[in-house]
Amino acid sequence: MSAQAPVAPALAQGAASAATFEPVIIGFTCNWCSYRAADLAGTARTKYPPNVRLIRLMCSGRLDPTFVLKAYAEGADAVLVTGCHPGECHYIEQNYKALRRFQLLQRTIEALGIEPARLQLVWASAAEGVRLASEIARVTEEVRALGPLNWPAGNIVDIDSVNLDAAWEATGGDAGGPPAMPDGVDPEHEAEVAQ
Amino acid sequence: MSPTARSNGAAKAAAKSRAKPKLAIFGAASCGGCDVAIVNIHEHILEVAAAFDIVLWPTIMDGKYADIEAMADGEITVTLVNGSMRTDETVHLARLLRRKSKFMVAFGSCASEGCIPGLANLSSRKEIIDTAFSTVSTDNPDGIRPIWEYQAPEGVLHLPEFEPMLRTLDQVVDVDYTIPGCPPESKQIWAALQAVVAALNGTGPLPPKGSILGAGESTVCDECARKRDVKKIDRFVRIQQVAQFDPEICLLEQGLPCNGPATRDGCGALCPAVGAPCIGCYGAAEGVVDYGARLISAYASIVEATKPEEIDRVLDGIVDPAGQFYRFSLAGSLLRSSRAAWNSDGEK
Repeated sequence: MSAQAPVAPALAQGAASAATFEPVIIGFTCNWCSYRAADLAGTARTKYPPNVRLIRLMCSGRLDPTFVLKAYAEGADAVLVTGCHPGECHYIEQNYKALRRFQLLQRTIEALGIEPARLQLVWASAAEGVRLASEIARVTEEVRALGPLNWPAGNIVDIDSVNLDAAWEATGGDAGGPPAMPDGVDPEHEAEVAQ
Repeated sequence: MSPTARSNGAAKAAAKSRAKPKLAIFGAASCGGCDVAIVNIHEHILEVAAAFDIVLWPTIMDGKYADIEAMADGEITVTLVNGSMRTDETVHLARLLRRKSKFMVAFGSCASEGCIPGLANLSSRKEIIDTAFSTVSTDNPDGIRPIWEYQAPEGVLHLPEFEPMLRTLDQVVDVDYTIPGCPPESKQIWAALQAVVAALNGTGPLPPKGSILGAGESTVCDECARKRDVKKIDRFVRIQQVAQFDPEICLLEQGLPCNGPATRDGCGALCPAVGAPCIGCYGAAEGVVDYGARLISAYASIVEATKPEEIDRVLDGIVDPAGQFYRFSLAGSLLRSSRAAWNSDGEK
């Protein structure tokens, strides 16, 4: 748990430039449907963007919300959850749990300042290779439009290395930096308060 | 070496072996509740004073940082740090104490996972300072803002700098043990201190590094006496919306968001026993990586709804998801803070 050791390398290092930005999307697939849909897309030579890194779970209900948060923390720009259509779960009703976790997670990440569109849910049966491919393409373009997430938690070794003066200026509040002079009154703030 | 010198050395060594182990108790960004909880072990505090030479405990007794600086590395046997890392001063002192201590203990929720002060990580530093100094209701006619350096006629004065983000102790220094709780229960503190004393006397095992002391390995639900039956709920309620909850049945089953399923046991399930939901002050249960994620998982599992709009209606009952799921653990969570707070570090 020590943050002194590097936690993990960033997945999307250097993805800052908007023109060349290739989003990294972690996709969770269900063994019984969406994974097979992705497989079918492959067999049928249907192309989908390589931005999505698919991870197979036994069921979308296996998706621990921890996986999603860890993906963001370690550099993913978005997470795509896929599973069997409602009513068609191999384990009867676990995809409903996935749906509810997804909806609750979306609310939570929004409260933490992450756009809800960075977490998407797509149902795909084993026969829907083409549809899954087109959905992956859609999600990729949506995330590309949002830009990089660049969550620094996984990258930061020691935030003490951050230049605090620059940080202060970046807040936009105190041009001239924190050390306001002798009477302690910064004219900018007076103006701010006057407004 | 002359015989005299040798005997002097031997005497000193003997004196050293008789010397009591040193204990430091340091409060960083904290409310003082942890100190109260320690004193609340009642007369046992005298046994603590008998077993240890208390070298630093700013809330209770005099002690000088200069004396700590003058110590040899590792000279303090145990340091209990309560409070979180909020200013560069606390970070500096945590590092100093780490150097001087054999065992560093994150004591209480603030030090181990950020606690309530960690909720400041939902906002950027500018938003926090604006709230404190520049809201309509703030009486601050001169628009004074905090400054970290001040040019006095005698020289430059430095004040503790408010860091862009609040950090937990283990995000700043290496931590040997953790005692969870806000504050830790006094009987648990005493049990943990006894274990430490036993280990130092060689009469008990030294807990492995990274151990959680003074708490259980399960969840608050396991300690809770309420009856659990079928966990299916079709609405979440706030405690003020219901006149009377059933005193026997699980609060979560009655629709009250209770954090028991994700929270470590050790407190004795005090809150649900008196009809208040667990709010999670004992931190993540054993094996839980991210407290909020575990709770999201638990809540989502028991909502009885299958259509997105029905689910939304039920989830609307959780009015503040970030506050509900990360009330005590935001700074120590996987994401650590909101995007606004990360952005106030100036790099992004």
